[in-house]
Amino acid sequence: MAQAAHDTAHSGHDDHHDHAPGFVSRWLFSTNHKDIGTLYIIFSVVAACVGVTLSILMRIELQEPGMQIFSGGQAWNAMVSAHGLVMVFFVVMPALIGGFGNWFVPIMIGAPDMAFPRLNNISFWLIVPAFMLLVSSMFVGQGAGAGWTIYPPLSDSTYQSGPSMDMALFALHLAGASSILGAANFITTIFNMRAPGMTLHKMPLFVWAMLVTAFLLLLSVPVLGGAITMLITDRNFGTAFFRPEGGGDPVLFQHLFWFFGHPEVYIMILPAFGIVSHILSTFSRKPIFGYLGMAYAMVAIGVVGFVVWAHHMFTSGISVDTRAYFMAATMIIAVPTGIKIFSWIATMWGGSLDFRTPMLYAIGFVFLFTVGGVTGVKLANAGVTVILHNTYYVIAHFHYVLSLGAVFGIYAGFYYWIGKMSGYQYPEFWGKVQFWTTFIGVNITFFPMHFLGAQGMPRRYPDYPDAFAGWNLVASIGSYISAASFLLFIWVVVLTFIRKEKAAANPWGEGATTLEWQVSSPPPFHTFDELPRIR
Amino acid sequence: MALDTTTAGMAIDASEPPPPHKHPYHLVDPSPWPLLSAFSAGALLFGIVLWAHYNIHWMFGVGLVGTLASATLWWRDVVRESKQPGVHTPIVRIGMRYGMSLFIASEVMFFVAFFWAYFHFALYPEHVAGAETAIWPPKGIHTFDPFGLPFLNTMILLLSGCTVTWAHHSLIEGDRKGMLQGLAITVVLGLFFTFLQAVEYSEAPFAFSGGGIYPSTFFLATGFHGFHVIVGTLFLLVCLIRAWGGDFTPKRHFGFEAAAWYWHFVDVVWLFLFICIYLFGAGEIAQH
Repeated sequence: MAQAAHDTAHSGHDDHHDHAPGFVSRWLFSTNHKDIGTLYIIFSVVAACVGVTLSILMRIELQEPGMQIFSGGQAWNAMVSAHGLVMVFFVVMPALIGGFGNWFVPIMIGAPDMAFPRLNNISFWLIVPAFMLLVSSMFVGQGAGAGWTIYPPLSDSTYQSGPSMDMALFALHLAGASSILGAANFITTIFNMRAPGMTLHKMPLFVWAMLVTAFLLLLSVPVLGGAITMLITDRNFGTAFFRPEGGGDPVLFQHLFWFFGHPEVYIMILPAFGIVSHILSTFSRKPIFGYLGMAYAMVAIGVVGFVVWAHHMFTSGISVDTRAYFMAATMIIAVPTGIKIFSWIATMWGGSLDFRTPMLYAIGFVFLFTVGGVTGVKLANAGVTVILHNTYYVIAHFHYVLSLGAVFGIYAGFYYWIGKMSGYQYPEFWGKVQFWTTFIGVNITFFPMHFLGAQGMPRRYPDYPDAFAGWNLVASIGSYISAASFLLFIWVVVLTFIRKEKAAANPWGEGATTLEWQVSSPPPFHTFDELPRIR
Repeated sequence: MALDTTTAGMAIDASEPPPPHKHPYHLVDPSPWPLLSAFSAGALLFGIVLWAHYNIHWMFGVGLVGTLASATLWWRDVVRESKQPGVHTPIVRIGMRYGMSLFIASEVMFFVAFFWAYFHFALYPEHVAGAETAIWPPKGIHTFDPFGLPFLNTMILLLSGCTVTWAHHSLIEGDRKGMLQGLAITVVLGLFFTFLQAVEYSEAPFAFSGGGIYPSTFFLATGFHGFHVIVGTLFLLVCLIRAWGGDFTPKRHFGFEAAAWYWHFVDVVWLFLFICIYLFGAGEIAQH
């Protein structure tokens, strides 16, 4: 097989310009950034089906007080953990970074492909066994029920003695390796393969976003790798890093985890920042307001994002001075974030706004991300967090920035680019319906969680006192609307491919200025055989 | 785009063959190795779970063999491509430098995790649970004499850093014999380091499993370093074989340079280990 692949390699050099290889070569052995991007997007939708199903099971359980469908706390915790890990590592990251990043970073900088096409492919295929391990961990033994943050002692062998915890940890190892290789690939591509004239200060903001994201991945994921390695040896080989009975300290795990975990939240949101910037500019028919400020705001968020991790640990016993520092450092991030929010608004200000579906999602993103950002500033206060830590207020906060922020970024990017990627334009009416049902659904789901959290409802319990029943019922109804909107999204995708409405090279008009709108829809198998020159 | 070829260490040779495209990049042909490597890695890690929980070994073996085989065949393809005219153009070689540097940066961050764990306890012994007095190393732990085997290993790695540089300069000067000698000695020094570390581990006055926090930090930090020494030695060995076969020229030898970078990285990690763990963290010296 190796030899066969190699022989096609030799003959293929001059004549494969625009005819794609056969099915196995094209989709299993792919070295084409667009095909790998497509694989990532399909994978992400499949994983989203799992992640959304888990969240619906959770909302059915929480719809009313008492135990409904789960056998007990461990089963509940296993589902909650799987929901978080699936959404973070197998839905949001593959869609934004692997999917849109792969598709559009090379095209936007005028490069014919990624720097390391084979590494690109292994980045994709590593998340497949990772996902298999994680999903099967739910069905082996008692499941891996330690939350997505996998804190010891709950995640150590005393409390999660079965193999499922190890399977989940190894799933993270594989997904992490995928991310690290992908990050090195993106950085090399962006630094080394920009077309003539495409200076760093002319690069589209989505490319800037991916560059910062890739650096965050490259430098934070290996620390998670080290942390879960120690957890694995603690669990299986008798070390004592996090086990007090051997002299270890569980708080060390929290430091290592959040040194990764905090950059990770920016890893999920920065690509969405990039997408939203493009869409707001396109549908306002104006260049983005404050381009350089927007680019360096992302750099600032990335840099400062590395030195704020312990704001996740305000109740773990760290000293008052430490809390004061992490509180102040965290609030500083509101400054570059504010630059971005106001620049987005200024981009729309006085623009000729066209409320197509991607634009609705982008505006929705700005609005909802701001809500999540404001509750973030509130939670950054160590004193306030002592009250709100591990309550539904936190759940509301990070779902506003992630499932309303990052996921709106994914939906926005999908509607913006599906015509480019597939050659078929989505149905505008159904797109708008899908936006409004999603917008209404997610807000009904997550806004009441602020109230529940402020009233003191703790996270990670399958049951609660009757006093919390009302808003929980509202949130559950909202989640059913959100899930129905997800099914509606699948319907929109199906309709797009049934209708086969041809997308023009640039369906959005003069507002869309980046290079992907200069090539056909869909682009040829190899874009830019002749490099474009950027003035 | 500005292309500073002098800092990249190679001049664009007018005799370089033109690339097969109108652009200077390498469009890689479809390859089965990424898919096979990914699933082999999955089998390897799942194999560890099966081994640890069910005492089933075959999955681990399948994963290990698959990983090694697909990695070998993948790199074989890369080496073959490097010999095709116009594929590894100067700009592609710059990309490889970026790639290797970034990979090493991520490796540094991997070691940061283990140093972080070490300093969490060594600088703040009050973090050690259950200790009556906050001291590092914990009471009852006897450590290695830093100026015994560890110092010898330090000298070996520093010397190997010199010999790999000797090989590099010989390569640039076109001195084949010097290159082969320098590389061969580097490989032997790498093997010698691994041998001495095995001796050291066998004489360890503390147990890895169930020995508490000191052996945990000691063995994982030095153990992952030792694993990287083995990988680096293999990398240099491959370069030695390639050098023997005449793959490297004074102007084009990125595979060698990558191995040398990696080796220096391993060397620097060891210096930090020696200073922080063996020297700074020395307690009561164990008697053999």
